[in-house]
Formats: sequence, C-alpha cells, structure tokens
Amino acid sequence: MSMLRLENVSLRYAPGDGRSQAPLVLDRINLDITGDDFVVVIGRSGSGKTSLLNLAAGFLTPSSGRIALDGQTLSGPGSDRAVVFQDDALYPWLTAIENVAFPLRLRGVGRDQRLKEARALLEHVGLPDAADRKVWELSGGMRQRVGIARALASHPRFLLMDEPLGALDALTRVRMQGFLLDMWQASRAGALLITHSIDEALMLATRVIVLNANPGRIARVIPVNFARDYLAGVPQSELRASAEFRRLHDGLTGLIHSEDEGVAA
Amino acid sequence: MTLSMETASIDNEPTGETDTGRPARPRPVLWISAATVVAVVGLWGLVSFYALVPPLFLPSPLAVLRALRGLATTGFVDATLVQHVAASLSRIFGALAAALILGVPAGLAIGTSRWGKGILDPIVEFLRPLPPLAYLPLVIIWLGIGEASKIAVIALAILPPIILSTASGVKSASADHINAARAFGATRRQLLVHVILPGALPSILTGTRIALGAGWSTLVAAELVAATRGLGFMIQSAAQFLVTDIVIAGIVVIALVAFLFEVVARSVERRLVPWSNRR
Repeated sequence: MSMLRLENVSLRYAPGDGRSQAPLVLDRINLDITGDDFVVVIGRSGSGKTSLLNLAAGFLTPSSGRIALDGQTLSGPGSDRAVVFQDDALYPWLTAIENVAFPLRLRGVGRDQRLKEARALLEHVGLPDAADRKVWELSGGMRQRVGIARALASHPRFLLMDEPLGALDALTRVRMQGFLLDMWQASRAGALLITHSIDEALMLATRVIVLNANPGRIARVIPVNFARDYLAGVPQSELRASAEFRRLHDGLTGLIHSEDEGVAA
Repeated sequence: MTLSMETASIDNEPTGETDTGRPARPRPVLWISAATVVAVVGLWGLVSFYALVPPLFLPSPLAVLRALRGLATTGFVDATLVQHVAASLSRIFGALAAALILGVPAGLAIGTSRWGKGILDPIVEFLRPLPPLAYLPLVIIWLGIGEASKIAVIALAILPPIILSTASGVKSASADHINAARAFGATRRQLLVHVILPGALPSILTGTRIALGAGWSTLVAAELVAATRGLGFMIQSAAQFLVTDIVIAGIVVIALVAFLFEVVARSVERRLVPWSNRR
C-alpha cells in the first residue's frame, strides 16, 4: 500500500524581497495519505489548501519539513501522482481522446493501445461521443470530465484534485461525486481533493481536513463514512438526508464560519 | 448607433478576423472599399485619357493591363512574369525556411533558458532595428551577388520577428499546461515538444505572417540592387528604359503577391491554431 506522508511541512512565499520574514502560508502540516484514503481538504480561500496540493504534487518544495512517498523524499512531480486542475488544463491542440491518451503517449505507449485505453476511459466518464471533438468545443463540465479521465490514464498511485468539480452545474456535480468515488475505488489510488464545498467534502471523504487560514494550519481532522456507505450501495440522497450528515454539515459550517467571523472582527 | 457602426467598421477591416457564422452586417464597408478602388482607377483613367499627365509618367490603366499581358506571354528582359515571380518567391521562401530553422530554436532558447536569453538578446536587439538595406552591401561583400546574399539579407530581416514571437509564445505558455505534463512525468524534451512548442504555435504563426510582410519588402529592395531576375529587378530594368507601364504592372503584381501572402497566412492560422482566439 502506497503512502504519501507530509511531516511538519511548512511553506513560506519566496523570501528576500526586502521583508524581514516572508509570510507563512502553511504551518507544520502533518498528514498521511494511503491508497485507501480519500482525503478532502476544506478551508476558506487563503488557507493555503491549493499550496498544500501543489506541495504534494511536487510543484512546490516545502520551506521546512519533508514530503515522502513510500519513505522516499519527493524530488518533484512524477507520474505516480496525477493532478486534476481547477481550470481543466487540457491541451487545445489535441482532441478529447488525444488529451486522455497524453500521459500514455509520454510513456511511449503505442498509438493503437493508448487510444483504446483512452476510449474506454472516455466511456467511463460518460463521454463516449466526445472522443474526436476539439476540447474547446466542449462545455466546462465535459472538459473537466476529460481532465479526470486523463489523470486516470496514467494509472497514478495518488490522485490530486484541486476543486475539480467547482465548475460543474449542481446536477452534474452530484453525479460526478458518485463517479469520482467509483473511479477512486476501481483505481485503488489514494485521493487528495481540495474543495470549499462542505457537501462535497462529506460525500467524498474518508477523512476531512479543515484548514485554518493565515497561516494554514490543520484545525480539525474528521473521519467520515458516507463515501464508503455510498460504495456499499447506499444512495447519495439517503446519505444526505441522514441525521449524521446534517450534524457534520452543521458542525463544519460552524467551524469554518466562526473563523470567518473571527477574521472579520 | 454610432457605436455599432464603429464596431462594424473595426470588424471589417481587411486585416480583421473573420466572424464565423455571424450574419454579414459589415458588408457596407466592403462596398465602400470597392467603390474607392473603382474611383481611384477611374480617376487614373480620366487623367490619362485627357492626357493631363504624359504617358511616360502615368500610362493609362489599359496600357498597364496590356503590359501585364505582354509580361505574362512574351516576358521582359529574358524572363516571363511567371519566371520573375518564381525567382522572387523562391528567394523569400528559401529565406523563410532558413529563418524558421534558426529562429524557432533561438526563440525557444530565449524563452526557456537564462543563458539563451543572455547570449541571444543582444544579438537580436542589435539586428532588429537595423534597416536590411544597411547591411545588404556588407552581405554582398561577404557572399557575392548571387542568390546566397539575397536569401541571407531577407533571412536576417525576418529573423528577429520570428525569434521574438517564438520567445513570447514560450513565455506565455500556461503554467497549468506545463504542470500537468510534469505531473505525468514528462521529460524536459517532451515538455518542449508536446506542450511548449504547440502552445507557442499561435504566436509563432503571427510572427511569421508579420515577418513575411517585412521580408517581401526587403526582397524587392534587394533585387533592385543586384539581380538578374525577380520582380524588383524587373521594375528596376523597366525604369532604366523608361517603360513606365511595366514599372506600374510590376508594382501591382508585388502588391497582389503581398496580399495573397496575408490571405494564405491567415487561412493557415485558422487551420492550424483554431483555438487561439477562443480562450
């Protein structure tokens, strides 16, 4: 089982622009993510949650502390961790299917094989007919589904997602939540997802991490079970209606909201 | 009302983007432009018909048409019009190929590496503001009066816009595009070939289109100085014999070719980088 471990990770913005101390973005974050986990990080804007994901992806290097994958300190991005971006980051010069096949192409997989795998993935994300379309012709929601299919194509050990459903309409969003869980289970990859939606956090996570802002600090870790219940066959609507879901939803709202007021005052 | 008319006229500038699928409201401007052309040619015809200017200075439009037909069939100074045009075109496309082969990698180097930028920037900035005719004599001393010197001068003239547009295209590459590929384990070379270069393509094509225009004017000037064939040479020899109708016919052909370059370049852009105006 793979393990992505953040040990006492702090991040400062690049120092040395005249100020005595560069602002602290993330403060001593400790977090373990295994291939079993679906970790959702939630927090106000400015809590450094996107920075946290960029650290895990290897796009940023911690100012102090250590990030290790299976005991091996990260040296940068790698195909063991696929990233789904807030803005889909698809390549407009490629068709939808070529975008999905892109990670396989980088790895030298032959054209027929990679297009076959990409076509299967497009069917999984519900876009069997979009294969040969230009990505700039697709709606924002369709583009994001192509982006998720592309991330899965590299068979990553960890799936890092930065508000991947943020651009989708409410109905598609609910459907995609279920889809993400199905894919997460099938891929056996650990997941780290950033969101500002409490509903999404509760539906997707096995663990919700609440980040405080200024500096970003882990305020609370909440184990959640709705995702596993969903995968065991309980419909989402039933989970949402449960007393437990409402209790946690209210609790999280209070936690994030109270900090808001604290900052405003 | 005023506002909408202004918008229409901007949309319909001859160099403007095509508006796909929108109903063609801007047509009036096209009509006005056509009317302008007819008026200018008509005025020209009247001036020569009433012999207000001697034909030696301004031959009639008909005389120029006849000269064009003569050029096309019997030719002028040992070559037909097609041969003159072909000579000019082969020079400009030879130079364009050379400039792309040198300029795109140079632009990539400037856009991706501090060393590349440090080394190449002063060279490009030295070359860019120089009028090509200023270094034409030097190039002739170095390379002689053959094809090589003409191609070299044009290539030098169009190199800076190609280098600079490539560099700016590279610098404007989306961070997400690059990060996505890095996360998929792209090597530096793969990043360059699969992400940075295609991302810079719209900018490179725009630079090439501008360079082609600059190159064409340089070419004609270079042919005025030293050539035995080509449109610039044709005009120059005709002028020496005071064959004004051929001079004017040559100018018209030069303008037509330049216009065709623009049309072809724009359709290439639409075909190769259809996304570039959308996001």
